[in-house]
Amino acid sequence: MSEKKLVAQRDAYGLALVELGKVNPNVAVLDADVSKSTKTVHFAQEFPKRFFNFGIAEQNMMAAAAGMAKSGMIPFVNTFSFLATYRAADQLRSSVVYPKANVKIAATYGGLSDSFDGPTHQSIADLSMVRALPGLTVVVPADAVEVEKALPVLANYNGPVWFRLSRNPSPVIYGDDYEFTIGKASILQEGPDLTLISIGTMLGRVMEAAELLRKEGLKPTVMSISTLKPLDQESILAAARKTGALVTVEEHTILGGLGAAVCETVADQYPTPVKRVGIPDTFADTGPYEELLDRYGLSVQDIVKAAKEAHALKK
Amino acid sequence: MDNKRVTELERIANDIRTEVVKSIYRARSGHLGGSLSATDLLTALYFEKMRLKPEEPDWQGRDRFILSKGHAGPALYATLAMRGYFPVKELETLRKIGSKLSGHPACFKTPGVEMTSGSLGHGLSVGLGMRLAGRAKGEDYRVFVLLGDGEIQEGQVWEAAMAAAQFKINNLIAIVDYNRVQLDGTVDEIMEVEPLADKWRAFNWEVLQADGHNLNEILPALDQAIERSQQGPVVIIARTVKGKGVSFMEGKADWHGKVPTEEEFRQALAELDRQDGVS
Repeated sequence: MSEKKLVAQRDAYGLALVELGKVNPNVAVLDADVSKSTKTVHFAQEFPKRFFNFGIAEQNMMAAAAGMAKSGMIPFVNTFSFLATYRAADQLRSSVVYPKANVKIAATYGGLSDSFDGPTHQSIADLSMVRALPGLTVVVPADAVEVEKALPVLANYNGPVWFRLSRNPSPVIYGDDYEFTIGKASILQEGPDLTLISIGTMLGRVMEAAELLRKEGLKPTVMSISTLKPLDQESILAAARKTGALVTVEEHTILGGLGAAVCETVADQYPTPVKRVGIPDTFADTGPYEELLDRYGLSVQDIVKAAKEAHALKK
Repeated sequence: MDNKRVTELERIANDIRTEVVKSIYRARSGHLGGSLSATDLLTALYFEKMRLKPEEPDWQGRDRFILSKGHAGPALYATLAMRGYFPVKELETLRKIGSKLSGHPACFKTPGVEMTSGSLGHGLSVGLGMRLAGRAKGEDYRVFVLLGDGEIQEGQVWEAAMAAAQFKINNLIAIVDYNRVQLDGTVDEIMEVEPLADKWRAFNWEVLQADGHNLNEILPALDQAIERSQQGPVVIIARTVKGKGVSFMEGKADWHGKVPTEEEFRQALAELDRQDGVS
């Protein structure tokens, strides 16, 4: 991949939210004193009457969003993923997900992307948590284009949605013709030897790894899972049958996220070797983003190595 | 308010208490103390002050009620049933599998239940959200939120209180069921919430107080709250008695979640029967 174009998902989100506000008068935006970081500041300027800054009080914000949803608005809750997912966890569970409130949670600064702020601000165990909530739709877009394409779809879907955004610039993979569908995986490359299953902005690194593998004679299929729940089990099982070996890649602890979801799927329905690439069971560190990814299990070489191991396990 | 209507309402409240005791006795679980302390407040709201259409539970113009202290669900269920949202007979299904009447209220299960509750501390935030939406859409429905006094130990309640004042929200009325008893003991033993009126005032709320079992105080307090809530959030601190109406339950933390024996059950019903129309 030459000439990579880099765009931060949060920037794309901030602009897409304004567009959504223009076409849908029921869209409201809630933030907890981080609107300059989440980029909801643009919406706030355009639609001040539909923007609510709750201050540093995420629990109240989350439950208030449920009340707004129950009264016919489509509230988008915005804050860092660790706050949306952990600080307001019970509000998310009891007042949003269980009552099926039509709330959209934009969990930004996902993974290690708030790299310099360190492990308190990074979110490496958010997917495992939200994935376990019955009836919550969990979306992790792969790039800025997918954020733009997904936003109107998520707004039109009636039910709680949690979606993760990255703080930092990441490669733009999709073209403008990309169409987002909830619950549908994308196949970016087809190859017979194994399948690399990526979630979120790791897709850029996965594409690089695929290129290296191809140079070494292994032809991988590359799949991007942007809806972690409901999981596109059909596509995963089809890839397992076709290629016989799977590698999952996620900016998340290897416990409970995409790797776990894929393992559960194949263990139940079509046992297949799986190698999980992700952050080992540890908190990370403070430092430059790309270096942190490299150091905590997510280098391109880590993916290549896992691919070779998975391929070697193929029956 | 004419005396005849007050007497009628008192009789309704007494009938609700009877249904509460019966349904919890039958279910063999549930929260009697906090249900009985909230009954007169619920009666005043549902039978006198709230704008409702029980035959059309989702009527857009309705006033909303949120039982933030969700463990008083049996009192809300009995009130809704007697108000015509569903047959009183269904109260027999409390806490049974497949019942409309879950252990704590669930909005998608029970007609008339506006919002799921049970995890304490959420309701005022939800009510605030309902009013933010109402104001944004130009709708003037009122939102009443019933809070437990133990419940307000949850920090989220004060986040919501702060925000309601900041947003100068209108038509939002909180009511504290101030029975002074929580699960493990009395409020002063466990975690004192006094000075309570000062706390709400410090959060820029208008504070009203009333005897939460005297309809001659509750009804005017609600009128006043409705009027003043045009300007900003209002709280009514309603002094109540946990287990009100059954002498041996009154003021006792033990009856927060205890189920009566058969003898206690008969005694409770007999006491409520004697009070019917007398008070």
